[in-house]
Amino acid sequence: MSNDILILLLIGLFAGTMGAILGLGGGIIITPIVTLALGLEIKYAIGASIIAVIATSSGATIAFLKDDVLNLRVAMFLEIATTIGAIAGAILTGVINSGFLYVLFGSLLVFSSWNMLRKLRAGQEVLQLTHPDKIATRFKLNDSYYDKNLKAKIDYQVEHIPTGLSIMFGAGLASGMLGIGSGAFKVMALDNAMKMPLKPASATSNLMMGVTAAASATVYFFNGSIRPDIAVPLALGILVGATIGSRIMQLLPSKIIRAVFIPVLLYLGLQMILKGTGVL
Amino acid sequence: MEKKKPTLALEMKEIELTIGKIMRVGVVLAAVFMLVGMGLFFINKGSGYPGATFPTTLTLIFQGTLHFKAYAYMMAGIFFLILTPVLRVIVSIYAFWKEKDFLYVYITSAVLFILIISYLIGHH
Repeated sequence: MSNDILILLLIGLFAGTMGAILGLGGGIIITPIVTLALGLEIKYAIGASIIAVIATSSGATIAFLKDDVLNLRVAMFLEIATTIGAIAGAILTGVINSGFLYVLFGSLLVFSSWNMLRKLRAGQEVLQLTHPDKIATRFKLNDSYYDKNLKAKIDYQVEHIPTGLSIMFGAGLASGMLGIGSGAFKVMALDNAMKMPLKPASATSNLMMGVTAAASATVYFFNGSIRPDIAVPLALGILVGATIGSRIMQLLPSKIIRAVFIPVLLYLGLQMILKGTGVL
Repeated sequence: MEKKKPTLALEMKEIELTIGKIMRVGVVLAAVFMLVGMGLFFINKGSGYPGATFPTTLTLIFQGTLHFKAYAYMMAGIFFLILTPVLRVIVSIYAFWKEKDFLYVYITSAVLFILIISYLIGHH
């Protein structure tokens, strides 16, 4: 028992740190460990993952709000799409073939990984249009953030808001139906489609995934899928990890964070495609 | 346009600081309950519940905390943690309203409304 607690605390510490840096939920780390290493049923792994997402989100958001990294308006605006997507997902469970969705979303992530590679090579991080995007101006989505690595305030713009909204709807749908990709699709919408710089994109994804997860978390809480002996040490480790990660992220050069993303997204995407085609 | 920009940024900073402070209270509260629960688990050498069972209704959790049962405190901590993102949305509505950004009062209220619907669907 105390051995398991120690393992879960350490896994949480690692998952929280990485999750806060990348804006991902940590399900890729949590699920295999809970099912394979601890030998527990998949429903407890899903319950633990949901709590992990919320702990990462809330833990990291405190620092990101204080240090002015995230974009609160973009988060609120896009959350309309993710929450509607999550509801649609809950309703459509069983109606749409989930294998097809796994392949579709997996392919999107592989594409997103390739996009990250392209952006890394191009080396351009900040969008500055001479004519700012009309929707972005209307909804006050252009913002600035303070980059602790460059020691400068960076003004940035966003564009392609309808595409961003569509991907966010898909992100909500995926987490509502399949319980996956809470953060990956959000980073994809913000970074690939809307051209937000990577640090505010990751921080904003972190903020948003907590809300998406909270919607389904109460269901898991009351139906007994969230075991206190697993969720509590995990959450405590994650809260500490996310606090550390949200500070490390701000000090890292964006290039390094982007370089870490490429294999992570590729792995996530391939895993989903294999799952959808029945290989996994 | 040039004149409007700094006030917009300043207003945003204030909103973010308010939300950040309230979220910290929520997260610390959740962590304290979880830590007390873990402490009770080791002091009492048990969860306070038979076998591998644990309380999953708010009434049972509340009653358990009165009897200092470890799992009751741990579940209460988890429940508070789940509430923190919702708390964030509620505080945001208030913060945007205080800064008279009504467009975002509506947008954030819409998010809260959709969240409540999804909660109701989930419990149907």
